Amino acid sequence: MTGFVQNLIDGLGNGSTYALMAVGVSLIFGVMHLVNFAHGELLTVAAYMTYFLQTRGTSWWIIVPLAITTAMVTSMGVEAVAFRRIRGANPFTLLLTSFALEILSHACWKLFVGSERKQFDKPGWAFNTFQVGPFLFEVWDVAAIVTTIVCLTATAWILRNTLFGLAIRASAEDFDAARLMGVKANRVISGAFALAGVLAGIFAALSLMRTGLAEPRMGANPLLKAVLAAIIGGLGSLQGAVVGGLALGVAEVFVRGYVGDWFGSQAAGLTDGVVFALIALLFVVRPQGLFNVATAERV
Amino acid sequence: MLAVEQLTTRYGSLTALHQATLRVDEGELITLVGPNGAGKTTLLTTITGLLRPAGGRVTFEGRDITGWDPARLVRAGLALVPERRRIFKDLTVAENLKLAGVTASAADRRERLARLPEVFPILRDRWSTAAGFLSGGEAQQLAVARALMSDPKLLLLDEPCLGLAPTMVDVVFDLLVDLRRQGRTILVVEQQARRALSIADRAYVLRTGRIVAEGPAAELARRADLFEAYVGGASAVGGGTAGGGAP
Repeated sequence: MTGFVQNLIDGLGNGSTYALMAVGVSLIFGVMHLVNFAHGELLTVAAYMTYFLQTRGTSWWIIVPLAITTAMVTSMGVEAVAFRRIRGANPFTLLLTSFALEILSHACWKLFVGSERKQFDKPGWAFNTFQVGPFLFEVWDVAAIVTTIVCLTATAWILRNTLFGLAIRASAEDFDAARLMGVKANRVISGAFALAGVLAGIFAALSLMRTGLAEPRMGANPLLKAVLAAIIGGLGSLQGAVVGGLALGVAEVFVRGYVGDWFGSQAAGLTDGVVFALIALLFVVRPQGLFNVATAERV
Repeated sequence: MLAVEQLTTRYGSLTALHQATLRVDEGELITLVGPNGAGKTTLLTTITGLLRPAGGRVTFEGRDITGWDPARLVRAGLALVPERRRIFKDLTVAENLKLAGVTASAADRRERLARLPEVFPILRDRWSTAAGFLSGGEAQQLAVARALMSDPKLLLLDEPCLGLAPTMVDVVFDLLVDLRRQGRTILVVEQQARRALSIADRAYVLRTGRIVAEGPAAELARRADLFEAYVGGASAVGGGTAGGGAP
């Protein structure tokens, strides 16, 4: 029982960080019908920024806001430079463009910074543990869960209560109708990229405190998790992205535990395979994802 | 107020609108009638900037607005109630209206949000309901109310009666007459030609992308030849409404 709860907490910690990325992917898909495969690169940019600052002795209190700002500005920049001119192109064109950006980003980091891992010091307090009853908590896990809850609540509040949030939701449903109401297309899309960038930056800050390294291809895996989480939840649905992220995080921890029990600890590499098989099974049962975004058509 | 000159719109090689010319003067209620596929929606969509014209010019209050972005046109005072309403179904009634007030100042927005439910009492009862759950008639009232949130000088409506139950059609036509009485300038596209002609000042008949007749509404209504040849006697309830409508 203790093991189960412990696993659940670990899973929710990881899963909540996936949710941060997944919500960004889902937001951008909502307003642009783009599955942004370059979204993971925001982590890489933030990581090199963190490496640059941390190795020069900057405090984490300064690094974190700068990393988040970097991710946000990069996200908006990519939209303005790459996606704005192909807006409204078919989804396949958008998808290919985002793939190209991801590959370009990998190549640039390798070329200009080097393909080797850059290590930097992690904040020691993140790995302190404390005991509550029979349960052992790592500060980082708790920080990740709390930060995610705060960020996602804030995002939900923005989407529900501000004009900008209404514009994003309306645009996700019917972009042209939103323009007819006076919503400025550039502003709402740029805003969605900014918000997705901030969430990615927060994810980056949390994840970098834990890993303490930067490398060119580091964005690929979190991106895959985020896209999967968004698809599990139903692309375009933000609650779906959160649930998808949490489900994925929890499933990974439990599958890793069972795979370890049955095949020995050498078999940890099987975890992703088993998780993906479960996801494939889910799509057989519910191809539209857990949450269906379209409200029933009623004339 | 609005002048459309020689407006041509193409979808690829297909010309959906062929050198259409029309004008709407301040305070007028103009109707544009014609059969399915005549290019009525294309004309409104091009005027409001969702489609780019292949030729011609649109001016509004003396300014050339050809090819303007819809968001800019709303700010200039031109609002469209689009075909099939296109209300935001995942947003509540209140949120639909609030968003539509995006061009107004915060004070104006609040004032209009408070006033509109008096004009559309149905909406007050459904204020916090997701708009996807509204009946056809309620949804149409929301669509009109939404367009009024920007306090437009010129209101364009694209088939506001499509798919509505006959009693709701009456409500919509009464609403148009009311709005016109309040001094709002209106251009309404309708398939129910006779009905539309009975409330309009002037009318245009569109067929296969061309304006084939224009004049005072009462005069056009008497020309039986037009209805047989072009409009197909479309005085009955508009086509394609099976299964639609009644709350």
